[in-house]
Amino acid sequence: MHCPLNGPRNISEFTYGGEYKPMPDPRQCSDSEWADYVFNSDNRAGLVTEWWMHNASSYWFLAERHTVTDEIIRTFDPKEIFTQRIDFGADGSKETTA
Amino acid sequence: MPFSLLKYGLSSEYPAEVDLPAPKELKPSYDVVIIGGGGHALATAYYLSKYHGVTNIAVLEKAYLGGGNTARNTAVIRSNYLTSEGVRFYAESVKLFRDLSNEFDFNIMYSERGQLTLAHTDATVRAFRQRAEVNKHFGGRTEMIDRQQIRELVPTLNLDPGHLPVLAGLWHIDGATARHDAVAWGYAKQAAKRGVEIHQLTEVQDFVVENNHVTAIRTNRGTVRCGCAVQAVAGSSSLLLNKLGIRAPIHTYPLQAMVTQPFKPFLDPLVSSSALHCYVQQTSRGEIVIGGGSDPYPLYNTRSTLDLKESLLAHAIEMFPFMANAKLMRQWAGITDMTPDYSPIMGLSPLDNYYLDAGWGTWGFKATPICGKTMAELIASGGKVPELIAPFSLARFSTFQQVNEMGATAASH
Ligand SMILES: Cc1cc2nc3c(=O)[nH]c(=O)nc-3n(C[C@H](O)[C@H](O)[C@H](O)COP(=O)(O)OP(=O)(O)OC[C@H]3O[C@@H](n4cnc5c(N)ncnc54)[C@H](O)[C@@H]3O)c2cc1C
Repeated sequence: MHCPLNGPRNISEFTYGGEYKPMPDPRQCSDSEWADYVFNSDNRAGLVTEWWMHNASSYWFLAERHTVTDEIIRTFDPKEIFTQRIDFGADGSKETTA
Repeated sequence: MPFSLLKYGLSSEYPAEVDLPAPKELKPSYDVVIIGGGGHALATAYYLSKYHGVTNIAVLEKAYLGGGNTARNTAVIRSNYLTSEGVRFYAESVKLFRDLSNEFDFNIMYSERGQLTLAHTDATVRAFRQRAEVNKHFGGRTEMIDRQQIRELVPTLNLDPGHLPVLAGLWHIDGATARHDAVAWGYAKQAAKRGVEIHQLTEVQDFVVENNHVTAIRTNRGTVRCGCAVQAVAGSSSLLLNKLGIRAPIHTYPLQAMVTQPFKPFLDPLVSSSALHCYVQQTSRGEIVIGGGSDPYPLYNTRSTLDLKESLLAHAIEMFPFMANAKLMRQWAGITDMTPDYSPIMGLSPLDNYYLDAGWGTWGFKATPICGKTMAELIASGGKVPELIAPFSLARFSTFQQVNEMGATAASH
């Protein structure tokens, strides 16, 4: 696999991190929307986008992979998709401590 | 006798027994269409035809009978799970397995040799205590044993592999194995005898859905109408669910296994180690079957990898060092439909007349009889969910009521 940070490495140096799927807004969505996001999957036989990590450098990135042929089409840095910082604070505000 | 044998041999028409009638055209319509031709599908057809008088059934298999995971599994049969929902269900299956050869009048080579799981940490010992008690509570035979007892049971076992000395064992006396192909054939033959049509090389490609009902099923050999339908397609579960727009928490992972050259009998019980992610058993032919954990990432492909085979073998050799000189005879993989809680997805679907037998992952062979029996009850009653499978509904994931069997499943299937 070609790591966007470290170049081509053996597949055993990487950890699979699940498919990439857009997260619903935890403050707005219903329980069933959240359950759908947490558990459900298209589990497609074909091209998918997924999270991977290079173990030694703890670097997370995205990969496009074919789940039938096991071909890795492309790997890229998450900043291609995540252009803004995401906040996980319950009310969406920045965690601030006095 | 030799004379009659000679006559039989020279006769141009052998009075051969026909197990499965030759394939014919699909009928335009069936009461029940069962998708998949593995053990689960065939058992469902059998129990429907034998106990519920439903015989207008088609079993549609895209390849050949029992060629999916039914033919690829390592045939561990046991009921020593963790949750009461799980143990109750699997214990019932073990009971059915015991009588199967009689029921079929066909030898499935059921062999009750006991299954031993090794604990290498205190945490595992605690979990084993709980599993032993739950199992006993539901009529299973399971007890904790110490190192000395393990040594007597399996003298060839290395009790101090590397940094992981064996502390104790979970000894499941009901643990067993059987010939997996025979289970599929037995169900197929008995179902066919009662009029069930088994169509191989018949792939389900799409559905016709009207008013929340599956009214017809499209295959490569034409479209058939159906009163109701059930899917039991293991690793391909999501592919059908996606066509119906049903969301489910299934991920398809390969699971690999292998078998060595034959040895003289040396190993009676099935032995597995939770920490080494490896299990080993000797077949009645003397071969050693070696299995372990799933592949590290999802894939719809039955290819094997050197990485996984190497690490699995390293662990097997730690358990049984003499195997270092063994030669491998065969190796293979199957694609398994994994769920987040390592329990199946059985019962109703969001569609009125479409039933699910999915999410069987790496542990569904042992459940073949009870799946067939409960799915048949569900179908025959028009959707009344048997109590035994109620905890395994697809709906449990939207109410966060998972049945967690991960710890009791991962190492030994
Ligand atoms: C290596 C390995 C080891 C295992 N070890 C164990 C074990 O020790 N103990 C245990 O209990 N379980 C074990 N399992 C799991 C077990 O094999 C399965 O859970 C079980 O066999 C599932 O049975 P099934 O009848 O549902 O599926 P299968 O036998 O896989 O049958 C499904 C069938 O559906 C067909 N199909 C798929 N799509 C379509 C379609 N669109 N149209 C028509 N037909 C279709 C397939 O061709 C296949 O024949 C193991 C699995 C593997 C791969």
